[in-house]
Amino acid sequence: MIATAFTDLWYGFGVALEPHNLMWCFIGVLVGNMVGVLPGMGPLATISILLPLTFGIKPVGAILMLSGVFYGAQYGGAICSILLNLPCHPPHAVTCLDGFPLTKKGRGGAALGITVISSFVGASWGITEMIFLSPVLVTVALKFGPAEICSLMLLGLLAGSTLARGSPLKGVAMTICGLLLGIVGSDIETGTPRFTFGIPNLFDGVEIVAIALGLFGIAEFMKSVNQLSEVDTKYTNVKFKDLRPTRDELRRSWGAMFRGTIIGSLCALIPGTGPTIASFISYATEKKISKTPELFGTGMIEGVACPEASTHSSVQGDFIPTMSLGIPGDAVMALILGALMIQGIVPGPQLISEHPDIFWGLVASFWIGNIMLVILNVPMIGLWVKLLTIPYRYLYPSALFFVCIGVYSTNNDMFQVGETIVIGLIGYMLLLLDFHPAPVLLGFVLGPRFEENFRRAMLISRGDVLVFVKHPISAVFVTLCVVLIVAQIYVRLRPPKVLAENLPEVGELVD
Amino acid sequence: MFENLLHKRDFYAGSLMTLLGAGVTLNSMSYNTGTLMHMGPGMFPFILGVTLTFVGSLIFGTAVLTPLAHDEHILPKNKEWVGWGCILAGPILFIIMGHFFGMAAATFSCVFVSALGDRQSTWLSSAVLALAITVPGCLLFSYVLQLPFPLFRWGF
Repeated sequence: MIATAFTDLWYGFGVALEPHNLMWCFIGVLVGNMVGVLPGMGPLATISILLPLTFGIKPVGAILMLSGVFYGAQYGGAICSILLNLPCHPPHAVTCLDGFPLTKKGRGGAALGITVISSFVGASWGITEMIFLSPVLVTVALKFGPAEICSLMLLGLLAGSTLARGSPLKGVAMTICGLLLGIVGSDIETGTPRFTFGIPNLFDGVEIVAIALGLFGIAEFMKSVNQLSEVDTKYTNVKFKDLRPTRDELRRSWGAMFRGTIIGSLCALIPGTGPTIASFISYATEKKISKTPELFGTGMIEGVACPEASTHSSVQGDFIPTMSLGIPGDAVMALILGALMIQGIVPGPQLISEHPDIFWGLVASFWIGNIMLVILNVPMIGLWVKLLTIPYRYLYPSALFFVCIGVYSTNNDMFQVGETIVIGLIGYMLLLLDFHPAPVLLGFVLGPRFEENFRRAMLISRGDVLVFVKHPISAVFVTLCVVLIVAQIYVRLRPPKVLAENLPEVGELVD
Repeated sequence: MFENLLHKRDFYAGSLMTLLGAGVTLNSMSYNTGTLMHMGPGMFPFILGVTLTFVGSLIFGTAVLTPLAHDEHILPKNKEWVGWGCILAGPILFIIMGHFFGMAAATFSCVFVSALGDRQSTWLSSAVLALAITVPGCLLFSYVLQLPFPLFRWGF
């Protein structure tokens, strides 16, 4: 098994090191790192803006670039949290708790240095996990029939909507809205136009770019306009030589780093618990096992190393279910799957064998991209820090232009721009009503495949709904769904002590 | 109690989802639902509609059962009507100007108007920003990426 893994990985490096792929990977991590630093811009909006631009390039390059934006943004987000105390990227919200006090003490540079090291450690572990775990998952998943796929998707959707931020009920409602948006257009089997309201532009369905840019572009801009306070750049004078942590800081960080990595990789395997939850759990754990828990929040280097390592190992691990099963865990993964589908590639367990260049090229590009990020972040830290001072009032109008032209370029059709505006306005109203729109994208991407497999499963079973519990594997997934729902109700009614103690403070940070 | 209900977020969230679910359910009846074995195009939307109605009514139920939080507002504290309006007006102008005058005018008006939404920006700063985006943006999309969208046009 190890031998095949290395052969495949060798092949992957061959793909990823091709000059044009290397270039796309570099552009991806560079843009990602940049938007990660910029307060008020997120990887979701950026990936959706870049998505239409990838139509013209080969699938491998497109995926390498879009994924690069995602993990690159994680490196940048930490800078923002540590130096400015701005939790503008949810996974790094916890890092503020100890990162900013360290900055105040004048050790901000060392905190950033530790962040880079733990990010690399976490990411490396996540990638290794992907190399060995994905083929195993695939061999199991290839045996799945429509009933199993269907119940697995149901589990993915349910976990993705209930374990993420906000009220689980509202998450489920948003997922259903996403599934409904996925229905718009011609029915796959009979060709009947559904929910098109007689508008011919909708016969092909709603454009994924329009949904993503409406919800994470326009709606987010409406939410943040005039809300971001002037950035305090008092502490942002960090130079290359400041990054070196002392020997003592390094010694204290190693353990935290590895614990964070493990927690992150475990969280990545459960769909729906992305990097944000991983970083919260690992911070809470670190605080719990520490000999001096009362010092957390005053600038403990462990409080930086642990959540950062877990964020990165979870970010890389998130790709495992997405690429090997075709089930995305969060909105970013849903977008990347959407990008694959636009390129005409069917996601699912057959992806690794049918398109080994994409899968192994992606894995190899993770290593390359992470090394690039370390190089980008360490000597050029001064440049990134300067980016922090770009005010939001210049950012969002420019981003709006990219939103408009990006959506227009998907079909060269102004109707899509109108679609984006409407979705953006609705998205903002949903935000005001406390809905988190991320599960919409999850439902939208999985919707058509979910319906197709559901219909097929019912056809094979001659209309017997019990088929989902009669097949053993499918029954396991259905049981997990039930357990998930019951656990959610239980937690709602009586919150466990650990969560109640730790979550309020971090919960405040995110909102 | 009923007056309190009208101030609750979940009241509106729940009613919105219930209405949407009911609407979808009714609409899906107009398609052929078929049987469970041979599902028609209306079956899946019907199932989703019913589920959404159920979830919506559950959200509604939580609104009735939980007491009103003292700081619960549906609109944020400082209402940015100008900002919201400008952000929506930017892309709308992009469509109109793009349709009649081409990419350059569309880009300029979109950036200019949306930039006016910020409290600190002035007419001048917005115009400068719009110009700074229009020139490289149009060069990038029109010449480098060859987007079929004329830079200038005059079409009524």
